[in-house]
Amino acid sequence: MAPSNQPLIVVDNLCKSFEQGEVLNHISISIREGDLVSIIGPSGCGKSTFLRCLNCLEILDSGTISIAGVTVTRKSPKDPITDDLLEKAHLLRQEVGLVFQIFNLFPHKSVLENVILAPMVVKKESREQAEDNAVRLLKKVGLEDCIHRDPSTLSGGQKQRAAIARALAMNPKVMLYDEPTSALDPELVKEVLQVMRDLDAEGMTQIIVTHEMRFARKASDYIVFMDKGEIVEVDDGDILFTNPKNERTREFLRHFEGDAL
Amino acid sequence: MKRSLAILGFAVLLALSFVLPALAAQQELRWGGDTEGGAPYMFQDPKDTSRIIGYEVEIIEAIAKHLGRKPVFVQNGWDNLIPGLQRKLYDVAIDGLEITPEHKQEVNFSIPYYATFLQLAVRRDNKSIESLEDCRGKVVGTLKQAYSHQVLEEFGGIEIRLYEDEINAYSDLVNGRLDATLFDAPIAVFYAGFNPEIKFVGPEIGRMEYGIAVRKEDKELLKGINGAIVALRDSGELRKIYDRWNLWSPMMAKEFNDYRPRQADAVMFNEWAELQKPEFTFRDRMKRYAGFMPVLGRAALTTMKVSIVAMLLAMAFGFVLAVSRVFGPKPLSKLAVAYIETIRGTPVLIQLFFIFYGLPNIGIKLSPFVAGAVGLGLNYAAYEAENYRAGLISVPKAQMEGALALAMTRWQALRHVVIPQAFRLVLPPLTNDFISLLKDSSLVSVITMVDLTKAYGQLATTYYDYFGTGIIVAGIYLLLGLPFVRLARWAEGRLAKVGNMTRVEEETTEDLIASKDGIL
Repeated sequence: MAPSNQPLIVVDNLCKSFEQGEVLNHISISIREGDLVSIIGPSGCGKSTFLRCLNCLEILDSGTISIAGVTVTRKSPKDPITDDLLEKAHLLRQEVGLVFQIFNLFPHKSVLENVILAPMVVKKESREQAEDNAVRLLKKVGLEDCIHRDPSTLSGGQKQRAAIARALAMNPKVMLYDEPTSALDPELVKEVLQVMRDLDAEGMTQIIVTHEMRFARKASDYIVFMDKGEIVEVDDGDILFTNPKNERTREFLRHFEGDAL
Repeated sequence: MKRSLAILGFAVLLALSFVLPALAAQQELRWGGDTEGGAPYMFQDPKDTSRIIGYEVEIIEAIAKHLGRKPVFVQNGWDNLIPGLQRKLYDVAIDGLEITPEHKQEVNFSIPYYATFLQLAVRRDNKSIESLEDCRGKVVGTLKQAYSHQVLEEFGGIEIRLYEDEINAYSDLVNGRLDATLFDAPIAVFYAGFNPEIKFVGPEIGRMEYGIAVRKEDKELLKGINGAIVALRDSGELRKIYDRWNLWSPMMAKEFNDYRPRQADAVMFNEWAELQKPEFTFRDRMKRYAGFMPVLGRAALTTMKVSIVAMLLAMAFGFVLAVSRVFGPKPLSKLAVAYIETIRGTPVLIQLFFIFYGLPNIGIKLSPFVAGAVGLGLNYAAYEAENYRAGLISVPKAQMEGALALAMTRWQALRHVVIPQAFRLVLPPLTNDFISLLKDSSLVSVITMVDLTKAYGQLATTYYDYFGTGIIVAGIYLLLGLPFVRLARWAEGRLAKVGNMTRVEEETTEDLIASKDGIL
């Protein structure tokens, strides 16, 4: 956890709808550099969509997202998605790493090739340069023994750590995690969470959508509680879990009383 | 020594410089015919299958010689001889082409060089059929698109069966599928005359005249050919050719006003007759089949070349179509769909005809090989596009998202992540299609190419042997396809691993989606 200074991420009045209805309703939030933020909330509250919008995998309907100096903005869902907007989205993605619940590793490539692909293709790094960097990152996430293996031979926890190394290889300023431990067996969750703790110690800005309440409470700088497409409450973990201000937060946390917290 | 060599070299060069222009100066007379037409018209020499012989071959060569031109043979299917002439594949067409009003609308004909009639044939034990009259209500076989077909139709009340060739018609007559056959007399004599189970009945039927077809605009050439026919008739040269092939008849005597006795021994006819003798040892047969190999080898090469080029084209263009359809902007995607549906919904035979005989009308003239490869390639592209599409959409969407999240562009994601995975899935059906294309390539025979199937027809008519030749040709097709079958097996084995993994991840995705009740 680094000392806070300028906000690295500024989201202003972000809205997003799908055919089924509104998913994000005027979301605004600032996140400082080096923060580790957990987003919690009931299923369907819009937390994953929020993450996908931050990475521009979903193009926002309206509002502004500004990350590390790249700004993507749209006035209304009626505005066409211009080439300029897509170009900005592409620039923004280079600053933002995204880790998925089901890893999305490329099955036709080895672990090492998974990690070096994007740096070579997108950043035109030489193979040596990309491999040096990849080996360093794979060591960091504890996969030095798996460098040349096929993803299919890895455990779930190893897969997720490889996916994190792959995202880090693009040298992003922000890391986003969409329920990174939900597809893992309980005994493998720890090793993935440890990687995030290590990155936090190095000062990486991270946003995690999670159901791991204990991790959210202990590791995060603060927690965002979302419900029905809105940010309901933002607070320090201890305060939010013991003395939530909002009735909806209280209602949600009731499911986790006892064991999880 | 060196000096004398130099002088010799110079002398040779000098000599060549005189001879070569003289050779080049001799104009060609390109003539089209179908060697599958068989004896006595034109067919592969049973003693040397690289040579074509037949009385029509001798006639056109005599005419070319008379005109001072070098005869060059161009193979084309009999049905397509006239379209091929109009498309300028050759200068003239000759192959027992009957001078009919329909034909005359399309092209000009020389004066007749031969006149003949139709011959009715029945099984030896048949007592009930003695004329066309008796054929009413009976089944009669004949050649499609021929004068005999027209005669049978105009006569009425006869059940007509149409054949591509005479051999199968006569064998159907022997085994009882037909009650009678009606063929041009030369065909009847050469193909049924030696069969002890067949007899000829009734009088001469009709009259047909064979002429040499020339394009309407080539008036000078037509005049020259007519002059040559008259000259060769008057010199007795034509008569000698007919005698050698045993084709002289009272009708011809009247036609040429030539009542002299035989002018030449029937050597060619006797050679053919020798071949028809039943005593033919297994060893002779094997020796004959060994002699087929150069012809079949060349034909197999043609089949292989056309198939491989067509497949490469199909794979490349099919890829463009599939990517356009799945990932392209709407208008492009719709265009791809329209192409695929049109091509898949029309017969490839018609597409080939259209490309080879139709496109020259708007100035696009392709060589037979290019037309064949392009025609089959464009056709198969539609099928490959659908193969690729199936491959592309079977790669989980999460793979595309994973690549996009790493800041790859859509194209980079396709190129490095989606397509390599799709290709592995697509390889087995692709191999399957190649083997199917190998067999469909037999259609190129309609655009003058001699592929394996065409060579089969030619050899079978030459030797009257569809059975043994058929087994050999089927064996060659099998051999050509086999390496690709093995390749498919190998690819399937290799792909099993990757395929399984993709499936597991997909299930995971589905499970997760199912477990989430909300919109996320």
